[in-house]
Amino acid sequence: MNKTVDQLRAEEKDWEANEVAQFLKKQAERKTQFFTLGDIPVKRTYTAADLAETPEEDIGLPGRYPFTRAPYPTMYRSRNWTMRQIAGFGTGEDTNVRFKYLIAQGQTGISTDFDMPTLMGYDSDHPMSDGEVGREGVAIDTLADMEALLDGIDLEKISVSLTINPSAWILLAMYIVLAEKRGYDLNKLSGTVQADILKEYMAQKEFIFPVTPSVRLVRDCITHCAKTMKRYNPINISGYHISEAGASPLHEAAFTLANLIVYVEEVLKTGMQVDEFAPRLAFFFVCQADFFEEVAKFRALRRCYAKIMKERFGAKNPESMRLRFHCQTAAASLTKPQYMINVVRTGMQALSAVLGGCQSLHTNGYDEAFAIPTEDAMRMALRTQQIIAEETNVTQVIDPLGGSYFVESLTTEYEKRIFDILKEIEDRGGTLKLIEEGWFQKQIADFAYETALRKQSGEKPVIGVNRFVDGTPDPKIHTHPYDKSTAERQIARTKRVRAERDPKLMAELLEKLKTVAADDSQNIMPVTIELVRAGATMGDIIETLKTVWGTYRETPVF
Amino acid sequence: MSQPIRVLLAKVGLDGHDRGVRVVARTLRDAGMDVIYSGLHRTPEEVVSAAIQEDVDILGVSLLSGVQLTVFPKIFKLLAEKGVSDMIIVAGGVMPDEDVVELKNMGVHEVMLQDTPPDAIVKTLTRLVTERGPR
Repeated sequence: MNKTVDQLRAEEKDWEANEVAQFLKKQAERKTQFFTLGDIPVKRTYTAADLAETPEEDIGLPGRYPFTRAPYPTMYRSRNWTMRQIAGFGTGEDTNVRFKYLIAQGQTGISTDFDMPTLMGYDSDHPMSDGEVGREGVAIDTLADMEALLDGIDLEKISVSLTINPSAWILLAMYIVLAEKRGYDLNKLSGTVQADILKEYMAQKEFIFPVTPSVRLVRDCITHCAKTMKRYNPINISGYHISEAGASPLHEAAFTLANLIVYVEEVLKTGMQVDEFAPRLAFFFVCQADFFEEVAKFRALRRCYAKIMKERFGAKNPESMRLRFHCQTAAASLTKPQYMINVVRTGMQALSAVLGGCQSLHTNGYDEAFAIPTEDAMRMALRTQQIIAEETNVTQVIDPLGGSYFVESLTTEYEKRIFDILKEIEDRGGTLKLIEEGWFQKQIADFAYETALRKQSGEKPVIGVNRFVDGTPDPKIHTHPYDKSTAERQIARTKRVRAERDPKLMAELLEKLKTVAADDSQNIMPVTIELVRAGATMGDIIETLKTVWGTYRETPVF
Repeated sequence: MSQPIRVLLAKVGLDGHDRGVRVVARTLRDAGMDVIYSGLHRTPEEVVSAAIQEDVDILGVSLLSGVQLTVFPKIFKLLAEKGVSDMIIVAGGVMPDEDVVELKNMGVHEVMLQDTPPDAIVKTLTRLVTERGPR
């Protein structure tokens, strides 16, 4: 017969008073209290009594509401997660070579890193772009660049993720025109554009326009894709950058869902029904060092999302309630000293993503504490995923940590705390108001500062930095070189496109863009598609819109 | 009583990574320094004129976008044009070792990379100001 919760608690108390107490007399524990990386206290051990607050139906089954265990009923037994290493440097041609290399190495999806000018909407020959063209990602000014980037890649077989935000809709328009030119059926193409602007104001700090028109651009991507690209993810609502900017895992989770709520509300205002677009909402989270906390975080996120979509937004279609996410190992956890140990860190983090049920995964290169990764570092990172997928057998059973007293208890704790934070955000006046006030930014900065102090004191061990520091020099590392001819090659093509296009048509379309921009009820995608097809540059579009919407400058908090 | 050390921390170019610079800002402020933070996306011209206007002892530029070898030569050129020779210039961020060497050759006093403990930053800056002597 099963013991009651009271009996279990009494037994645990008895154990504490006897076995534990006696043992502690012989040997004290390392610390008086233990916490997760996100500062949640953890007990010595967990029992079935700790599941008392978790109703059985909240745990449930894979692929069934509330999707705690997995978004799909068969998961990696059918198909492994998509191995999606991000890449981007130089021109479209340069990155295309890396893409093809990664595909040849067994990668199953591609993800594009853009250079800072592209991310911020500047053409490669703008003064602000000096030194930045093709440096930290690939330079894209026009459709011609996009064509070079994706040359020879079968878009029906390989899904493409565009990791870009304030200028995302322009890249989406380029992708659409390219797909049309190549004769693809848009409804068959799968892929993702990140287009999550709110976390930019909070964390990653790539923004161009004020918040209101920026959110409208996101709304326009979502509604346009819902109508014309049935399999495409028009947004990747991201906690990753919130975490990398210094937030706790709990804040990463809660702030991401706060952003979700804003986007859903904006789309609903257009009259679209939640089930018409919610199935294509996608997410992106970090997997970082605290193994079980990360697994619990992913499980709690799925449960919270399901409840929000069903209870708050009245979704009826289960597909609107299942959270799908891309995951990336934590770049901020990588160290320069003893850099090869980054492979181990990344491997552990990747395993938490897989046990947490991710849909796609990027593993970082061991050299990313120096520069953007080399081909060699990316191959090692990809092999790490392939080992998890093919050698460890962790893919055979769905949610293998489900039912763990600790993981289930932490999952429920996460759910509770996430909903508490969402309520606090609402009580304080809502996400958009708090972004303008710098509230999120302050929460993130506080935890980042705390983390820096904990690393300094050694309370947060970092091997090679504050623990097991080794005086012997590391082997010489060969970092990714920057090709100094990049800007010249890139600018030459942009100038050619400008010279070859029809200036009259361009002027007309830019006028039309202004009209559409000024009318919030219109969708900006169709005119943007016309513009990129006619040879508009990123800068043409962005600079025109700055005259309508102005720009955003944050008031920094520290 | 000696004047507090005055520091301008700056982000130059399109880089949005501001986790480090804000941790440094807070660290220096808590250590009693006068800290001004430029905010994001500044040009070298804006940063140099702010540093001169605010009469800072130290100009610290944080870069995680790889453009250090473009940005610092511009800063030194602007400082030279304005006849400033006693400002302490430090760099922070994520960058390859070769670039650190090149920055130091260019005249950057210190390069402090990721995982530099906050106390070490305070010590380094205090030492640099002491070494420079009173102005």
